[in-house]
Amino acid sequence: MNDEKNISSGMSEVVKTVCNIVEGFIFVFGCYIVLYGQLSPGGGFAGGVILAAVFILIMLAFGKERVLKIMPRKRGAFIEALGALSFLAVAWAGLYVSGIFFKNFIPTTAASHFKLMSGGTILIYNIAIALKVMAGLFLVFFVLSITRVILEGDKLKMVKKQ
Amino acid sequence: MIYVMCLALFVVGLYGICCKKNLIKIILGFIIMDYAVNLFIILIGYRKNGIAPILDKTMDVNKFALSSVDPMPQAIVLTAIVIGLAVTALMVAVCVRIYERYGTFDITKIRKLKG
Amino acid sequence: MTEAMIFFLMGLMILGSIIALESKDLLSSVIAIGAVGFMLSVIFLLLRAPDIAIVQVVIEILTLIILIRVTISRDIHIIGDTREFLPFALNMVLLVIFFIIAAEAIRNMPAFGTGVSKVAFPYLSRGLNDTGSANIVTSVILDYRAYDTLGEATVLFTALIGAITILRREAKK
Repeated sequence: MNDEKNISSGMSEVVKTVCNIVEGFIFVFGCYIVLYGQLSPGGGFAGGVILAAVFILIMLAFGKERVLKIMPRKRGAFIEALGALSFLAVAWAGLYVSGIFFKNFIPTTAASHFKLMSGGTILIYNIAIALKVMAGLFLVFFVLSITRVILEGDKLKMVKKQ
Repeated sequence: MIYVMCLALFVVGLYGICCKKNLIKIILGFIIMDYAVNLFIILIGYRKNGIAPILDKTMDVNKFALSSVDPMPQAIVLTAIVIGLAVTALMVAVCVRIYERYGTFDITKIRKLKG
Repeated sequence: MTEAMIFFLMGLMILGSIIALESKDLLSSVIAIGAVGFMLSVIFLLLRAPDIAIVQVVIEILTLIILIRVTISRDIHIIGDTREFLPFALNMVLLVIFFIIAAEAIRNMPAFGTGVSKVAFPYLSRGLNDTGSANIVTSVILDYRAYDTLGEATVLFTALIGAITILRREAKK
């Protein structure tokens, strides 16, 4: 029952203050992991999960009203679809430019190695995958955590917490 | 020998799936099997005294190719781990539905209530 | 040295898994699973796979949050294991037989540390010039084998849509 109260109003003041300080740094770190995926360990999958963890952290610390202000469910679904479709669109662009599906059509030269723009289409694929993983994992956690099973009369019923 | 240890971890997960009655314990068994399979695939690609498959500016490419670990299993496992989380979320969702219908996580009671 | 470390951590992983499955309290089982996952991440780091280690750490945190947040607060009473003797013994016998047969099969594999596949050499030596990516794992998943990643994205999408659909309150007309 204590649990129920914590969800609606978020956690204590200490947690909220620390979360306020830390959330921006975690977000920037996630973006770094995504963008430098072709030069250092990381990439779209790891960075996307870190970005999803930022939203989950905000939701656990402040309650769901604040996270819904940043990312409503419609926007989450839109971002997930955008990631998947842009991944496919770049693959189709390779087919259009050079006749091969998934062709890396942005030329890479030896001078550009070990720089941010060195990977050609790999950077775009990484960003698309990060958007998709972020929105998908956040949405499924959101849906899982707002459903509650309560006892109504003598039957169990699943409700969405408002 | 190190492969047999990995197999033992897999069998522990299988034991959880076969012998446990709580649905959450069955999910935990599934997660353990997931770990064991991922670890096994990475173990296959290891090279003794190898280095991570990430190039540096000062490295010679041919020497790097002869001393690095295998990148193929790592690429396969990287996607498999993320899928594992999505499948876990799907199973948890099914468990929530079952709990709503029957009011318990015990699979023997669920079986009794069916008929 | 590396092998000894891996042996030690794998022994701890097996111990942690048994604790997770046999513990009476669900919360301590879930925490034991978390410990097992973090040890797995350290093993990945020792096996020279930093990409996998990062992903494993973050995924482990999310798995723990989902399991604790969604399931633990729901079912407080403990389900005892009052198992009958005969089916349990049958299960154990089958598991032991499976273990012996699989161990025999594993004995014919190349020894630990020597099983690098043939396709790895061209990936490693030509990866930088072909794709311009210094991280060879990224160049494999997003350039050489991008079809794998496309299929993986489809599976991820399907699993998430399935979870959201199962949890919807009533069916749409």
